[in-house]
Amino acid sequence: MTVTPGAARRTRREPRPGPWRYVAIAVIVLAALTLLDAALTNPNFGWPTVGQYLFSAVMLRGLLLTLELTAIVMVVGSLLGVVLAVMRTSANPFVSRTAWTYIWFFRGTPLLIQVIFWFNIAALFPRIELAVPFGPTLAGIDANALVTPWTAAVLALSLNEGAYMAEIVRGGLLGVDRGQYEAAQALGMRPGRVFRIIMPQAVRTIIPPTANQLVTTFKNTALVSVIGLADLLHSAQVVYALNYQTIPLLIVAACWYLLLTSLLSYVQGLLERKYSKGYAPRSRPVAKEV
Amino acid sequence: MDSPMIEMHGIRKRFDDLEVLKGVDYSVARGAVSCLIGPSGSGKSTLLRCVNGLQLADEGEVWVDGELIGLRVEGEHVVPLPEKLIADQRRQIGMVFQRFNLFPHMTALENVTAGPLRVNGAGKEEARQLALRLLDQVGLAARGDHYPNELSGGQQQRVAIARALAMRPKVMLFDEPTSALDPELVGEVLSVMRDLAADGMTMIVVTHEMGFAREVADHVCFMDEGVIVEQGHPDAVLTDPRTARAREFLKRG
Ligand SMILES: Nc1ncnc2c1ncn2[C@@H]1O[C@H](COP(=O)(O)OP(=O)(O)O)[C@@H](O)[C@H]1O
Ligand SMILES: [Mg+2]
Repeated sequence: MTVTPGAARRTRREPRPGPWRYVAIAVIVLAALTLLDAALTNPNFGWPTVGQYLFSAVMLRGLLLTLELTAIVMVVGSLLGVVLAVMRTSANPFVSRTAWTYIWFFRGTPLLIQVIFWFNIAALFPRIELAVPFGPTLAGIDANALVTPWTAAVLALSLNEGAYMAEIVRGGLLGVDRGQYEAAQALGMRPGRVFRIIMPQAVRTIIPPTANQLVTTFKNTALVSVIGLADLLHSAQVVYALNYQTIPLLIVAACWYLLLTSLLSYVQGLLERKYSKGYAPRSRPVAKEV
Repeated sequence: MDSPMIEMHGIRKRFDDLEVLKGVDYSVARGAVSCLIGPSGSGKSTLLRCVNGLQLADEGEVWVDGELIGLRVEGEHVVPLPEKLIADQRRQIGMVFQRFNLFPHMTALENVTAGPLRVNGAGKEEARQLALRLLDQVGLAARGDHYPNELSGGQQQRVAIARALAMRPKVMLFDEPTSALDPELVGEVLSVMRDLAADGMTMIVVTHEMGFAREVADHVCFMDEGVIVEQGHPDAVLTDPRTARAREFLKRG
């Protein structure tokens, strides 16, 4: 049979799936059905209990605290991150090494240890004093009174967040063309002014990983349950300590985490799309050159 | 006043084990246009960046209008100035880059007002009027609200010139201002620079445009491997170079 040119032939551009694809689908479907069967028939999942506590006051209070903590930590951590990032890019080796050491330390030790550490700071410094080094003490306060679970949590998470944000901000600052620094300097701008020219340009690359970091931080707040702060996870723990419904209450907490992270990821996707557009012309394109 | 606007004495600069400037003496008279020519890598940009303290020389002194740049004399020694004081010195020295380096998040007008507003503390309206006048001067009166990426390379470079002029500099430095441009856009930028020269601006222009150097420059300087090999009147240096290296370079160019 001769083959002649023609547009009418139907083309199939996807390769025909092989037999393994069907095997894989069968295995996955089977596994999913097994899980679903277990979830529906195994009474230990305690779905009625899940429903009972999902919107209970105690869990909603825990959720609120988790959200508050996340917000504060993100704000403080971001500010700290900007400062550390600027220090890190400083020409002064003492300043940049200091920032480097900070980041090295806080990223290199488990966050859980940091949380427990700050909660127990009173064991190290029973009194926290404002003093001239080797000189007189100006003011002092009992560490146990100052470091409540709340302050320990904010302190631990923020200091840690600062280290991660520093790397994100530094990446953004390094991403700005050298020529932008030079142009600002050549106009006679002092370092602070130069920074205010550079930062808005860095924000484009900083925002997407920051949104990602926000999701991580939101989940990391669950660590504060170990120092007894009544966050989402700790609230679940308090309830199941009384009624022994461990799994249902963990499911309640997980549902809230999942819902919020999904929401944040969705927003992150929007932001990423918005900022990856780059500097496309608004409306009046010109002939491309150089 | 007869003292040169720019005076450089014994400038040496090394990057790691590469000596880029090997003792350069160079001066530019008030109102003069000096073109720096020479092969790529010969140290032209580095020398230019020493003039406004973007680069601090290892040895030697740069004086602009009677002011020592980037250094302070302390008794027998000179010590580097803090960056913020070098920044203040740069206000008087405009610089135009090969790749324009306009601020991409600002319109042309905002680019031009950036210096007066953010450095000189000028009022909003005053800065705007000045910027509009300068944009008009470089032939871009109608482009004030365009962002850099909406402008052609030639237009961007003219905005960059206006941005530098907005600081009312005593001196303008140009580092290969037309090298990144399509050939048909070179003329519009050179024409703005020609007008500026005619207005009496003191200028150093690193360039490969020999036609421009011949026509506009009062003084041409040929650099090679970190030294000034030959300098003088453009007719002499460009038409009848004394040294073999300059002859070789001009023949190729
Ligand atoms: N910041 C720097 N660090 C290291 N080497 C540099 C730096 N700037 C310039 N150089 C080197 O110095 C030499 C001269 O560079 P440059 O002054 O840009 O020459 P030109 O402008 O004449 O092409 C080149 O070899 C270049 O690689
Ligand atoms: Mg160069």
